[in-house]
Amino acid sequence: MRHLIRRVILYLVALWASVTLNFLIPRLSPGDPAQALLARRQRNGGLSPAALHALEIQYGATKDPILTQYGQYVSNLLHANLGTSFANAEPVSHVIARDLPWTLALVGVSLILSFLIGTILGVAVAWWRGAKSDTILMPAFTFLSAIPYFWFALALVYLLGYTLNWLPSNGGYDVYTYSPGWSLGFFFSAAQYAILPALTIVVGSIAGWMLGMRNTMITTLSEDYVLMAEAKGLSRRRVMLTYAARNAILPNITSFALSLGFVVSGSLLTEIVFNYPGIGYALVQGVENKDYPVIQGLFLIITVAVLLANFLADLAYVILDPRVRGEKG
Amino acid sequence: MSITTATREVASDQHAGARLRRMLTANGKVTFGLAVVLFFALVALVGPLFVSSNANAFGPDIGVGPSAAHPLGTTSYGQDVLAQVIVGARVSVALGFITGFIATAIAVIVGLVSGYYGGWIDETLSMFSNVFLVLPALPLAIVLASFLPYKGPLTIGFVLTITGWSWGARVLRSQTLSLRNREFVTAAKATGEPGWRIIFFEIFPSEISVVVAQLLGTIIYVILAEAGLEFLGLGDLNSVSWGAMLYWAGNNDALLLGWWWWFVPPGFCIAILGAGLAFVNFGIDEIANPRLRTIKSGRAKTARKVVAP
Repeated sequence: MRHLIRRVILYLVALWASVTLNFLIPRLSPGDPAQALLARRQRNGGLSPAALHALEIQYGATKDPILTQYGQYVSNLLHANLGTSFANAEPVSHVIARDLPWTLALVGVSLILSFLIGTILGVAVAWWRGAKSDTILMPAFTFLSAIPYFWFALALVYLLGYTLNWLPSNGGYDVYTYSPGWSLGFFFSAAQYAILPALTIVVGSIAGWMLGMRNTMITTLSEDYVLMAEAKGLSRRRVMLTYAARNAILPNITSFALSLGFVVSGSLLTEIVFNYPGIGYALVQGVENKDYPVIQGLFLIITVAVLLANFLADLAYVILDPRVRGEKG
Repeated sequence: MSITTATREVASDQHAGARLRRMLTANGKVTFGLAVVLFFALVALVGPLFVSSNANAFGPDIGVGPSAAHPLGTTSYGQDVLAQVIVGARVSVALGFITGFIATAIAVIVGLVSGYYGGWIDETLSMFSNVFLVLPALPLAIVLASFLPYKGPLTIGFVLTITGWSWGARVLRSQTLSLRNREFVTAAKATGEPGWRIIFFEIFPSEISVVVAQLLGTIIYVILAEAGLEFLGLGDLNSVSWGAMLYWAGNNDALLLGWWWWFVPPGFCIAILGAGLAFVNFGIDEIANPRLRTIKSGRAKTARKVVAP
């Protein structure tokens, strides 16, 4: 339990840090983007005094002392008030509610797939070490691990999307036939549109799991208890899975948690290449429009999602590692 | 200088040369990776001397495929892609290495200080680096880069330093934790060496291989993330770099037009350079931990059990 409590404290501090960074970055940036922004909004007109005041709080353009501003900012957040988009006056919380499910589904499914396939490949390659697969797969996966996600995505769009025309490569579903809802047609369309982005994320992230699992698996295979299990005449399958892989997977789960942020970053770029209607696409549109409320709101929600996923990985670790579970707090 | 010392020096030079050569060739992965990295470093250093002075200059041939005049074709502005790739190597390689060094330096200081002193210093610094570790780096980099008014290598370097040091700090901290109670550290303490000297002259040299591994990993991260930020249009779009090339290719429908020669080379270079660095890293891993080596012949099972020295 002590382990978990420490982790939860860490996540709370991280959450506080990201909120505070969100608060500080516009205020500390040189050239005062907030003032310039407010002046621009004012010139264009169409801002009610209340909206103007909300913006001033958000960007520190008021004359209040900084701590008061901070209090107002946090209280706005606690009321789920993330501000309104500059681009189309849509509340940021609506943008998040609309786009988050796309990213969660896409990244969630492809992350689990790539973790499972990568881990199994790592186990296999470590077990049959010295076979052709090891000498071919290792360099190939090292190369894969260094490919920029978005470049691989571009190549897929070009090859499978435009040239061969096998799969749709633009958007999240067939916008001309379906509208988002609980219909089977929409679901299949969305699944079809998700194949290429998911493939990008799987291929882009699989090498890390595979190489990590291979290395810990090899280290575990030389442990005495594995030798003992072999000496007892247990079946190869049993030795491989319940003796070696079972223990080797623990460090891989830690690295799974740690590289979540990296995968999320990669999937943001992937979404942009495919014009996928998720968080990453919205984030970059926000950047292009200098739509600061959207940028900040999306950064917060991405952080929360990554922290939650980290917490889930911690839970999995506790379940899988009896030593942590048995630790007295 | 007497003859004997001169010969001895030559002999030791040869010895050092042989040792260096053996070190570089002992592991195929390291050799291959170093060759790739050196190649790109050379291209970055002298390559721009061989291509036209301004790789961004517009030309008359618009969007033509690879030919004798333009080995990698041209962009929709008539720029020569090969020239851009060569000039762009400079930004990517230089930024990657400089930022990688700075971020790793921070990681070394934080990791070693935190691991050596322990106590509240360790608690504070660990919390700090763990927070940066769980905060998603690229979104944070996007937020930072979108607020900073100046767009260019300095901004990107700054953003990637902030987001790139924490992993190394964590690894080096745990390495230092395992070293700080060894005899040589205790001996140094007993002779009254100050803390900073123990950290940087006793502990640091003995974990240099871990530092190098972190450095390489950080450089890979920086090169990939830099390309990503530039691809999003957050870099200096008037300068020539691999990421900016991909940005312009994407924004000018190179995919739709089928101009593969515009977007394939820069990404391929990023991947090859990254893979080269990763190979060096895996090679170092294998030298440090012989069990990880790929076995060329013989049955895997007999070689699996390695007796510790």
